[in-house]
Amino acid sequence: MADIKSLIAEFEKVALNPAKSAAELKKETGKKLIGMFPYHLPEEIVYAAGMLPVGMWGGQTEIKLSNKYLQSFCCSMIKANFEMGMNKTYQKVLDGVVMAAYCDTLKCICEDWKVAVTDMPLIAMYYPQNRKIAAAIDYMGAEFKKAQEQLEAIAGKKVTEADLEAAWEVYEAYRAESRKFVKLVAKMPKTLNATVRHLVIKAAWFMDKKVYTEKLAALNAAIEAAPAEEFNGKKVLVEGIMVEPIALLDAFVENDVCIIGDDLSHQSRMFRIEGRKEGTVYEKMAYRIADAYADPLLLDEKKEHGKELIDMVKEYGADGVVVCAMKFCDPEEYDYPIFKEELEAANIPVLYMEIEQQMESVGQYKTRIQAFAETLA
Amino acid sequence: MEQKEKLSSKQMLNDLMADHYQSALDAKADGKLVAWATSIAPQELLTTMGINVVYPENQAAAIGARKEAQKFIDHSEGRGYSVDLCSYARVNFGYQQLKKSESQDIPMPDFIYSCSNICHTVLKWYENLAKELNIPLIIFDLPFNHTYDVQDHAAKYMKGQIEEAIKRLETISTKHYGKKVEFDHDKFKAVMEQSNATSQMWKDATMVAKAKPSPLNGFDLFNYMAGIVTNRGTKAGYEVFKAWKEELEAKAAAGLGPWKPGEEEKFRVMWDGIACWPYLGSTYKGLKNNGINMVTSTYPDSWTILYDNGDIEGMAKAYSGIYCNSNLQNGVDRITRIVNEYSLDGIVFHSNRSCKLLDFRQFEQQRQIEEKTGVATVLFDGDQTDPRAFSTEQYNTRIQAFLETLENKKEERRKG
Repeated sequence: MADIKSLIAEFEKVALNPAKSAAELKKETGKKLIGMFPYHLPEEIVYAAGMLPVGMWGGQTEIKLSNKYLQSFCCSMIKANFEMGMNKTYQKVLDGVVMAAYCDTLKCICEDWKVAVTDMPLIAMYYPQNRKIAAAIDYMGAEFKKAQEQLEAIAGKKVTEADLEAAWEVYEAYRAESRKFVKLVAKMPKTLNATVRHLVIKAAWFMDKKVYTEKLAALNAAIEAAPAEEFNGKKVLVEGIMVEPIALLDAFVENDVCIIGDDLSHQSRMFRIEGRKEGTVYEKMAYRIADAYADPLLLDEKKEHGKELIDMVKEYGADGVVVCAMKFCDPEEYDYPIFKEELEAANIPVLYMEIEQQMESVGQYKTRIQAFAETLA
Repeated sequence: MEQKEKLSSKQMLNDLMADHYQSALDAKADGKLVAWATSIAPQELLTTMGINVVYPENQAAAIGARKEAQKFIDHSEGRGYSVDLCSYARVNFGYQQLKKSESQDIPMPDFIYSCSNICHTVLKWYENLAKELNIPLIIFDLPFNHTYDVQDHAAKYMKGQIEEAIKRLETISTKHYGKKVEFDHDKFKAVMEQSNATSQMWKDATMVAKAKPSPLNGFDLFNYMAGIVTNRGTKAGYEVFKAWKEELEAKAAAGLGPWKPGEEEKFRVMWDGIACWPYLGSTYKGLKNNGINMVTSTYPDSWTILYDNGDIEGMAKAYSGIYCNSNLQNGVDRITRIVNEYSLDGIVFHSNRSCKLLDFRQFEQQRQIEEKTGVATVLFDGDQTDPRAFSTEQYNTRIQAFLETLENKKEERRKG
């Protein structure tokens, strides 16, 4: 148990102070850091170039400068990123930024960024939505190659195939260990409460993935060796882009509600797809996009988001689903009415909460989570 | 034939639209395939296959203009669709369930045909339709152009999608009709030729507005736009725009302006963004009453899809390179060209609550264009179909301030 606590403390320290953690990471490794906007991006190439990818998922910042570019009805997470580019928070640690146009907002942010944030290299990408056809795999290969050239210029180093293969292996190991971790939450729902679970996963965005994976493997091993915890609270799945601020996660803990599984862009959607074994690294990266399922940011001809949630509820033994809808996120807002009806038809309780990153108080959410927990059988 | 020649282009347009909707409804009744498509999709494939197609955006605009949008919007929001989503989509989701509109009915689709060059929103919107109606979804995903021009690898990806779509259309048709249906490549070439000709005629007609005064009252553009959306691949569409062009040329030659004799075109402006359909009258009068004529918009170019016949990658580039799908610099340059070519005094920017893609570049675009061209600009809040997101009073106040700037700038120019 001591092991578990101290390992968790390490992850918490990293995840609770992203700016500080990134600065320390840069200092300790001597490597350049590349900021990665949401969502799927070629982290493997950044890693292969001898640099470290760092997550950019918004955060608490005063929205001021970005109002010069964006109307009020813009996603708070993306707006926070833009603000921190404009107010030069990112420039303190990042050597470049990668973003891809997964939604209309990101298309524009990328264009505005070119004008508003000129003191940091920007790599602008597009991931295909008609993602399963051969032409899309080729297209992604060309996009990766272009991004690689730009990343090489920042790194001052050419990336070899061996570098790419090694980076791919690091990432596959990270993704496999992360998949294992999210399953292990069920064994220790008290220790790995909503906040802790979040911070353990979040820490990956501010660490060298190889180092992170080693530590996570140690944590997973320690959890496996520990006795299962008895838990009488409720278990829910969370759906959305991400769940923050931290006070919102604390609201789950305070109400004895465990996040038993997630369908979040910030978490499982990033690592739940296992790579294929055959092909070049570019192809394997492209096939991870082609093989992704039930991801609101990737076109799904069969629209199986609801089915996926129902399957997950069964698999994890969840009592209900809490939708943490990032306000003004079109892809999420289009999916919700469809999967809501499917979940209701399957008699699965759903709590819908619209969230914004810069909200001042989470009081009303606490009350709603409590009320929801009480209704769960 | 003789009688046809006497028709005005407006009457021809009305006939064209009536025929468009009626033939789609008839086709459905006859058991023929019907598709729902986005407004700037490669219709050439559907036209070649002889598949009837209707455009939900077009219908939503008609529903909005006839002030019927709210009931459909309410229905969608009642099902959980956020008020922050595109109001065309909310109208369409409502119609998809209620299936009856006083403004304009359309037949329900047998498959969905969506192209992301106008926005990402249509991918999600049409994905939902396909799911709810349990019908095939054919999509064309045109990568947003962060580079100034369309990149070759993006055109290849688009070409791959066109080839894939042709196979799927053959499969869908074969299954529907119970007999083998093949894509006719010769007919495809003829359709491409017609589509280019109609696009060019649309563009030529709208360009007559460069004359001073402009013979075109730009709000008419919003009406004729229905024609180019629905009939870009047809000879009938071509004929409407030809007649329209001739009328405008005759007016220009006679020195006639956009309105009645005596109503002077004092200022010439461009409209950026989609119309406020539920408030067409208010937005129009707010400008006209002050002598401001909306001469053009980004619409004429958006449906000017030109490419060499038979060149699929060229066709892909033409669809991909439209204004909505182009980067900021490209957009600024286009509008700058429009300002110069149409001798504009100003630009009206519609901050359209429905359209994040146009909105979130608009502030910067406005700044850059003002700096480059020196014209007056104004930005107002509204929405394409949600009647709750627009205030006539606020709009008029904005236009009053705009008018003052226009007058001041004119005075400065006069003084040299």
